[in-house]
Amino acid sequence: MELINTVFIAKAIIVGVVFAITLGVAAYSTYFERKIAAFMQDRIGPDRAGPFGILQPLADAVKMFMKEDFIPANSNKWLFIAGPCLSMLTALMTSAVVPFGDTVTIGGATFDLQGIDVNIGILWVFGIVSLGVYGIMIGGWASNNKFALLGAIRAASQNISYELAMGMAIITILMITGSLSTKEIVEVQQNGHWNIFYQPLGFLIFIICAFAECNRTPFDLPECETELIGGYHTEYSSMKLGFYLFAEYINMFISGAVMATLYFGGYDYPGVDFVTQQFGSNVASFVGVGALIGKSLGFVFVFMWVRWTIPRFRYDQLMNLGWTGLIPLAMYNVVVTGFGILVGKPFMVSIAGLVLLIAALFVYDQLLVKKKIA
Amino acid sequence: MKLSNKTKVLEQGEMTLAERMYLPAIVGGMATTLKHFFSKPVTIRYPEQKRYLGPVYRGQHILKRDEAGAERCTACGLCAVACPAEAISMVAEERKAGEETLYREEKYAKVYEINMLRCIFCGLCEEACPKEAIFLRHDTMVPVFHQRDEVIWGKDKLVEKMDHRYLRDGWK
Repeated sequence: MELINTVFIAKAIIVGVVFAITLGVAAYSTYFERKIAAFMQDRIGPDRAGPFGILQPLADAVKMFMKEDFIPANSNKWLFIAGPCLSMLTALMTSAVVPFGDTVTIGGATFDLQGIDVNIGILWVFGIVSLGVYGIMIGGWASNNKFALLGAIRAASQNISYELAMGMAIITILMITGSLSTKEIVEVQQNGHWNIFYQPLGFLIFIICAFAECNRTPFDLPECETELIGGYHTEYSSMKLGFYLFAEYINMFISGAVMATLYFGGYDYPGVDFVTQQFGSNVASFVGVGALIGKSLGFVFVFMWVRWTIPRFRYDQLMNLGWTGLIPLAMYNVVVTGFGILVGKPFMVSIAGLVLLIAALFVYDQLLVKKKIA
Repeated sequence: MKLSNKTKVLEQGEMTLAERMYLPAIVGGMATTLKHFFSKPVTIRYPEQKRYLGPVYRGQHILKRDEAGAERCTACGLCAVACPAEAISMVAEERKAGEETLYREEKYAKVYEINMLRCIFCGLCEEACPKEAIFLRHDTMVPVFHQRDEVIWGKDKLVEKMDHRYLRDGWK
């Protein structure tokens, strides 16, 4: 009984801290989104609220709460309220299986710095991410508005299309690791054996799909302002809109954490052994937490960087890329990885596979694509 | 019909392999945005920092006095006629004996009003004035007003103060 209590309290603390970090990062993502946009456009960005504008998220939150909370007369009231709640819920649940750090020993008891270490960790992430589209779909449908519905339908079909390629990309990771547990995937990658070196193509597919899953530019068709006003959140105002936007930033952070876990060694960082010898394993674990969060924030920056660089895809281009581009590539990647495992030299084979792919594309281009005579 | 030789005919041929793969172009674009990320912002923080707008900027109106301090305006009404927005109105009065130090000409404007809501700051009054009496200052803007009675500016606000004379850049 005593042991269960300690474990329960420790887990509660970990969950609470992860929750707080996620929310804090999401809140400040809004600020950094605007700052990064400004810097990339040679502007300064928000700098009035507090020094360098660091109180801007607070001001935004106050603004969101003060706005009129409007529910359209002909909407389905309960579903209209359920939409943003579901979005937020699914966004927050994903972080449960992300291993934020190695084990920590306090008072003789050893804890994993992870919400839950289930042996189907990656499937959990996928299940929850798939549920995430319900929040958008329900919100868009309940608004009783053509544009909102169109945005919701786009979100649903886009997520379904890109989940396939994403799943295929993950399969290669599972083939290398032999486990679905996120903890084990990270353990395999320790000491610099990061999956990115063995799976460059898989990572490329995964990050493109992550952009699509998070509804970020260049795949932000569900809220495409130029065509659909605001897409699925056209009818939303006040903190309900805030929840939708917040969920998007949480998703960004969590997908960054998942990418770091799957491809960039999770909480691994150069010099783990040195830190362990000098300061003990607890300190090394906490530095690892910092490393994981740093990697995730790096991905958040990449998300924003891409957003302010690339224009939006057209819808047919989006579907074309997903179905005829990424899925065949992911299948090819599975075959190459399998061959690599069979031969026993995964690194060499993955590089050879990449070179072979580019060569094959080049040959195909030379032979079969008709050139316009200049 | 060809009007000039400036026309540039764009030929959109088949996209090459590199173009169809999107990625090289995306990397190039991201390099450009990253370059701008580290470059210096061009922003001027307006209420604190103001940029010089040049000697011909048309800001707040001023009714000039001459060197002796007499008002130059003779209430001819040409500015009001020239004004496309009909923002200027005035009431003329004959100069009495002993007022020579106050008014330069024999006739002067007893009332001179500009409706700042109507004014479009075109500067035609300045051009129409034969006595070089009205100018649009290059260094001051009309401040924001919040009340209706602040909209119409009379002589109290328009006439030049002798201790704070207006000198445009390029004047002697």
